[in-house]
Amino acid sequence: MPEVLKAPLTVEFPFTRSLGPVQSAFLTGLRERVVLGVRTGDGRTLVPPVEYDPVTAEEIRDLVEVAPTGTVTTWAWNHAPRRDQPLNTPFAWVLVRLDGADTALLHALDAPGPDAVHTGMRVRVRWAEERSGAITDIACFEPYDDSGQDAGDISEPSAHSGEFADPITGIVARARLDYTYSPGRAQSAYLAALAEHRNVGERCPSCRKVYVPPRGACPTCGLATSEQVEVGPRGTVTTFCIVNIKAKNLDIEVPYVYAHIALDGAGLALHARIGGIPYDQVRMGLRVEPVWTAESRFPDHYRPTGEPDADYDTYRELL
Amino acid sequence: MNREIAVVAFAQTDHRRTSEELSEVEMLMPVLHEVLAQTGLKTADIGFTCSGSSDYLAGRAFSFTLALDGVGAWPPISESHVEMDGAWALYEAWTKLLTGDADTALVYSYGKSSPGPLRDVLTRQLDPYYVAPLWPDSVALAALQAQALIDAGDTDEPALAAVAARSRADATANSHAQLSGSVPHGDYLVRPLRTGDCPPIGDGAAAVILAAGERARELCDRPAWIRGLDHRIEAHGLGVRDLTDSPSTRLAAEKAGAFERPVDTAELHAPFTAQEVVLRKALSLDDGVRVNPSGGALAANPVMAAGLIRIGEAAAGIHRGESDRALAHATSGPCLQQNLVAVLEGDPR
Repeated sequence: MPEVLKAPLTVEFPFTRSLGPVQSAFLTGLRERVVLGVRTGDGRTLVPPVEYDPVTAEEIRDLVEVAPTGTVTTWAWNHAPRRDQPLNTPFAWVLVRLDGADTALLHALDAPGPDAVHTGMRVRVRWAEERSGAITDIACFEPYDDSGQDAGDISEPSAHSGEFADPITGIVARARLDYTYSPGRAQSAYLAALAEHRNVGERCPSCRKVYVPPRGACPTCGLATSEQVEVGPRGTVTTFCIVNIKAKNLDIEVPYVYAHIALDGAGLALHARIGGIPYDQVRMGLRVEPVWTAESRFPDHYRPTGEPDADYDTYRELL
Repeated sequence: MNREIAVVAFAQTDHRRTSEELSEVEMLMPVLHEVLAQTGLKTADIGFTCSGSSDYLAGRAFSFTLALDGVGAWPPISESHVEMDGAWALYEAWTKLLTGDADTALVYSYGKSSPGPLRDVLTRQLDPYYVAPLWPDSVALAALQAQALIDAGDTDEPALAAVAARSRADATANSHAQLSGSVPHGDYLVRPLRTGDCPPIGDGAAAVILAAGERARELCDRPAWIRGLDHRIEAHGLGVRDLTDSPSTRLAAEKAGAFERPVDTAELHAPFTAQEVVLRKALSLDDGVRVNPSGGALAANPVMAAGLIRIGEAAAGIHRGESDRALAHATSGPCLQQNLVAVLEGDPR
């Protein structure tokens, strides 16, 4: 069995998310160093604020300012921070109930070690130098001594309308995840053969159909395929379309033809680009062969072989 | 329409740290064949098919459509998918059978956690405005819950170690388990949780067949009748919840009829040791109840399949005659956010 292939696969997605009135006020507030909560019908203050009461599901909009100081309600010591977490030195994850709030906010606490952290300890917000209207505008929390000289720095929260000049209305939630992709046994074998300019499929033990590219299962019978069968290299165009829109980063002139090609011996068609013939002369039944470019792991395109066209009945089941 | 529905067959893979030599469908197919073989059913005999999985594990969109190749979807079948643990796919199949639209259902789920950084991947299911930008990983969130329990006096680190040791010892009787026997409690991963308090990361799949009424009796000598099934969710804000309790589990159990009579066995989906403490309290389980004789999620936690496996293990105990009334629980989301409870019974002997 050939070696199973592996390759890095990075998935990055910047979701653009719009904010409702309450989230907009909260995140704009962070930009302005103001922490806002929202009051529920029964008089509780939720921080971070939400638009609907978690108990009654009533819409809530009554914003109130809370203090940038609070109390740790639970914590966990993170000695090995992971990428994108708030601090890159060991820190504590904390849930903090800010003074004036009835619920707790999740964030990081910068502390020298786990012995310096306990439930009930007093902490205060450390603001990020650059703030844009995001939860990360709070850089982290830091220990806070109510009785010490720290206390003078903290002003009492005031009534706040939640109105700001230039409120933010959306955030871009960026994410990146790094995977190691492996296509499994069947597709690894297919790709390994392609590197030798050979096309291999796998035959279903029940319906005898030859799948190319093989995925290790017959989707009709639900059975594992394992018998390897060499197919092609020549094949027949079963159907095609003419592409008139140029894809980004694709160095192919339009219009061009994309076709389903039934390789000789295959039980279904695969798809590829047709070249070496004007786009308006491609037709069903056209006999084609793969064209490999140097160093390529797969055919660049298929071109006419010059043979007579295949009879319709030879490929009608493969459309 | 009042129909009795039962779990009549259950199969699972051996759960392993990696199965990179297999595509998802290659991993899944033997399990599908095994449950069908247990009942003698063919794909064409199945009235409804439902699966659970997550694209984020594989890092590819619509990955479940490829897994469907393993089912044999020709001639066309009635099929559905949930982007959740297979326990919720089973819930959908159960309601489908209750309506009378089908007499049999195939439920399967799978997860390959090996290709990606699972702790980071799971942060993408969190609130995207206030929480996900901080990338709090799954172990960190479970650790916050564990510390809350310790502060409340509900447990301590030696008690958590005992949960881990009991689970892995019980798993020695489970040939599918990934982690069994004497497993070192290890160093802190995120304090107060040590590696031993956390589930293994691995790949695996499971499948179950449901059948209604007389059909169930034809397919299985001792069907595991689903007496009740319910699932509940709590506020997504972690700071809104009391992390030491699980009112959603308690409510789901009440609606499923779990408190009407005692159960002899409970399969709890508690990937972290401290979560077993929360669930035992929420479900008022006393020491007379066998908890996770399979070793539970601490022995094998294929994400998206581990909850369905709890139902499968509970049912298999009834099939074998080792249990008469069992509770199965599945969870999803951080710190037991969403919870499903099923009550299963065998016919009186």
